[in-house]
Amino acid sequence: MTVLAAATNLVDAGLLAQLLLGALAVVAAVVTRGRLRNLLAGALIVAAGIAAAVTGSAALLGEVGTGLQIPVAIPLAEPLDPLLLAPDQLGGLFMALAGVVVALAALFGIGYAHGPAASRTGWTAFAVFAVGMQLVPAAADAVTFLLAWELMAGGSTVLLLADHATREPVRRATVWYAVMTHLSFLLLLAGFGVLIAAAGGTSWATMTGASVAGPAATLAFVLLVAGFATKAGLVPVHVWLPRAHPEAPSHMSAAMSAAMVKMGIYGILLLTLRLLPGGPRWWSIVLVAIGAGSALYGILQASVQADLKKLLAYSTTENIGLITTAIGVGLLLRSSGQNAVADVALVAALLLAVSHAAFKSVLFLGAGSVLHATGERDLDLLGGLAARMPWTSVTFGIGALGAAALPVTSGFVAEWALLQSLIHVDARADRLLAIVIPITMGIVALTVGLGLLTFVKAYGIGFLARPRTPAAAEAHEAGPAMRAAMVLGAVLVVGLGLVPGPLSQALARAVSAGGVSTTGGAGLLLGAVDVVLNPIALTLLTLAILVPLVVVNAVLARRHPRRDVDLAWGCGGERTSPRMEYNATSYSEPLVRVFRSSLQATQLVDVVRHDAAPLLVEQMTFTQETGDVIEDRLYLPATRWAGRLGDLARTIQNGSIHRYVGFSFAALVLVLVLVAL
Amino acid sequence: MTIASVLVVVIQLVFAVAVTPVLIGVMRTTRARLEGRVGGGIGQPWRDLRKLLSKEPTRAPGSTLVLTLAPILLVASSLLLCALIPLASTLALASVPGDLFVVVSVLLVGTVALALLGLESGSAFGGMGSSRHMVIAALVEPTVLLSIYALSVPAGTSALAAIVQARRADPASLLNPVSLLAIFALVVVVIAETGRLPVDNPSTHLELTMIHEAMILESGGRDLGWLELGSWLRLTALLGLVANLALPWGIGQDAAPLTLLMGIGAITVKVLVLGAVLAAAEVFIAKLRLFRVPELLAGSFVLAFLSVSASYLVF
Repeated sequence: MTVLAAATNLVDAGLLAQLLLGALAVVAAVVTRGRLRNLLAGALIVAAGIAAAVTGSAALLGEVGTGLQIPVAIPLAEPLDPLLLAPDQLGGLFMALAGVVVALAALFGIGYAHGPAASRTGWTAFAVFAVGMQLVPAAADAVTFLLAWELMAGGSTVLLLADHATREPVRRATVWYAVMTHLSFLLLLAGFGVLIAAAGGTSWATMTGASVAGPAATLAFVLLVAGFATKAGLVPVHVWLPRAHPEAPSHMSAAMSAAMVKMGIYGILLLTLRLLPGGPRWWSIVLVAIGAGSALYGILQASVQADLKKLLAYSTTENIGLITTAIGVGLLLRSSGQNAVADVALVAALLLAVSHAAFKSVLFLGAGSVLHATGERDLDLLGGLAARMPWTSVTFGIGALGAAALPVTSGFVAEWALLQSLIHVDARADRLLAIVIPITMGIVALTVGLGLLTFVKAYGIGFLARPRTPAAAEAHEAGPAMRAAMVLGAVLVVGLGLVPGPLSQALARAVSAGGVSTTGGAGLLLGAVDVVLNPIALTLLTLAILVPLVVVNAVLARRHPRRDVDLAWGCGGERTSPRMEYNATSYSEPLVRVFRSSLQATQLVDVVRHDAAPLLVEQMTFTQETGDVIEDRLYLPATRWAGRLGDLARTIQNGSIHRYVGFSFAALVLVLVLVAL
Repeated sequence: MTIASVLVVVIQLVFAVAVTPVLIGVMRTTRARLEGRVGGGIGQPWRDLRKLLSKEPTRAPGSTLVLTLAPILLVASSLLLCALIPLASTLALASVPGDLFVVVSVLLVGTVALALLGLESGSAFGGMGSSRHMVIAALVEPTVLLSIYALSVPAGTSALAAIVQARRADPASLLNPVSLLAIFALVVVVIAETGRLPVDNPSTHLELTMIHEAMILESGGRDLGWLELGSWLRLTALLGLVANLALPWGIGQDAAPLTLLMGIGAITVKVLVLGAVLAAAEVFIAKLRLFRVPELLAGSFVLAFLSVSASYLVF
């Protein structure tokens, strides 16, 4: 703290440094070539990420700069206020989060980027995306915010297109992504427009004064939440996630999933805590409903995916859903006057966001390392990677522990805080709470349970057992830069889980929550609800039990060493072919049966009979496809209607030049009439 | 206070390790006698364990550290449960109180270790068991949290020791609908988590029905010994939890040697009687078809949910 206070305006210097480093990265990407480009551009983006992490942390801890003003003058346009970059505490948190993820992803990219992703365009797009994303939470007015938002969207779209020349799914994914991300932008533009008109200024400071009652605030809330939800990947506007994440280069998927979708969460917090605080109760119910719905739907879809990156993408929808649920519960409790528990829920939301950023970076980078080593991301074709890729295997395992919310990872701390906030709600006098809270609790619990299954499957099928294909059998470990990024991420997952006290205290500042303190070194004490979590003590207790066990086991192992056999037991038969192993599809088969109606699974069994003896089966093929209900019921009809509308529009465009001249004339007359009025 | 609570932890661990083989022996003997068999006697599980732990395990090519670590992790997770759950006394460690969510996540660590071991074996059976085991664990999760949530509402805390203490102080609360519904839901949870009938048959080796046995099919010798011990300890811990929630009498509340002794005696009797009742009930139940199990679990979820709703009305 004292160091921070000594350096005056660390925040301003940091903002400037990010812009400069970003610009240098673009220059490096353009002028260098080959491995040097990876190294230079990557290193500069890592530096920009670190600058953002430092700046953000300083802003979070209360360092206030004068703000970075960028004057803009557009010829022929109305004069604009200068763009203002001045992160507050909440913005600082999200800037730090984005910065750390960008640094990890770029570090991984140095070793990983190849082909089109390592091209001039690839690295330039990554630099633009990274700096844009880091500046979104720094913006202090709507215009700056939307500009940074578009840099982020544009950069990511270009990088997503990297492999378009060789792979057809990339093109389709990019179309979905571009449409959804611009839908988000338009909704935000409209929403901010409404707010600006109501408040009479573009800066957050002026907008804060807007009234939360009345149709303008409601309209702004609906538009902005829809826009932010689209970026965050909440149901039903999640459809771009499971397409874009798998097709993007893996370091980009990590940055998109761990950091970019969080900007949607930042937006929701900015809207509900700063711009329009104290909104009506139904706002929070809406947030809880879409959050809980996304959490359950996301994890259900994730649990049946066989494509590793698609699984991770759906799991992102789940996590974002949990974060939104926590925000909704916090706002709901604030509106019923239970401020102490509300603060716990809001801190839980931020803990969930931070822990998701940590473990999802590791998981996507690990998936990238697997893809790099085997060329496969289909779990049904992997297996046995733990023996050949120890670094990737251990770090991915730690990430999976975090995603499954097991102790002692950051994911566990976050879900613990969320559940604590739920069970400490006083719902006796309030019918609405008495209905909403138990249902939310049930959904969160089911989500946790299915999350466990999903990540046991992802890790167990992918890394344990025997390789299912030659590609998996010949996998090789990742290079040093990739390993370093994965290890750093894994250290974060465990480290943040071990010191929840100081972390939560810092996060509490961002949402000005009270009742959070550190106890017993680094443990978390939620004074408001009187509960304590001390992961270090829990770890020590576990070690006190585990170490004697390991010693006893070692002594026994010395007396009776393990015997190598060809076949462990195998029911007394021969060692069967790896094709007999359970794979990802069969692993989730019971679940598909249980949730058949919501997963819309179609199973096809194709039997080829023997020519001579029709009772004998020569070959059997089994295919299973799970559909996305929301896509089938919502998006397909919507695109069909849009197509029909297009067909209708074609009838007035028959190619006759006379008709078009007539249209122009009519338009001119209309404009003149409007001007005259 | 601190020394006393550390002492309680040590006592509970020793109790668990000592009583668990007896518990399994009692359950097996009860079942055998009711089915008209002689059975191996109460000391047989203990002899099995000693034999298994001193035999060499095998290793197939390509297997990893999971093979060695998972059985030990299962035992550690079960022992940690015995340390955190108030069995003999409600004195809890100040820095690691037996928080409901921490206890559940420790339980889940054991579940995951077992599921990974099942996949590690690389045979079709292991994967099958692991998959079924995880589906049941996932579907049980909402019931676990909601039923203990219902019990925690009157006590106003999620620490298990405090809940048990509050129930003991107010015996009338034991018979109200909130408590009965929640305890019933919790019993279903314990049956599902420990793989007893009607969810899983612990003594079957029939391909199509086994869950727990399928996962440990490829393990032998020392590994199998640890796995058996781990699953038995888990049963002791969970039965002890249900027993103390349903009948909180006799549990020690301070560090006086006499109350501690009484607490140990009470929990031993409670766990053994409950185990015998469970074993006797198993004689009359057939295993459910695997795809009927979700219906059972959904039913228990409904009970837990009703219990939570009722808790808002009663308290």
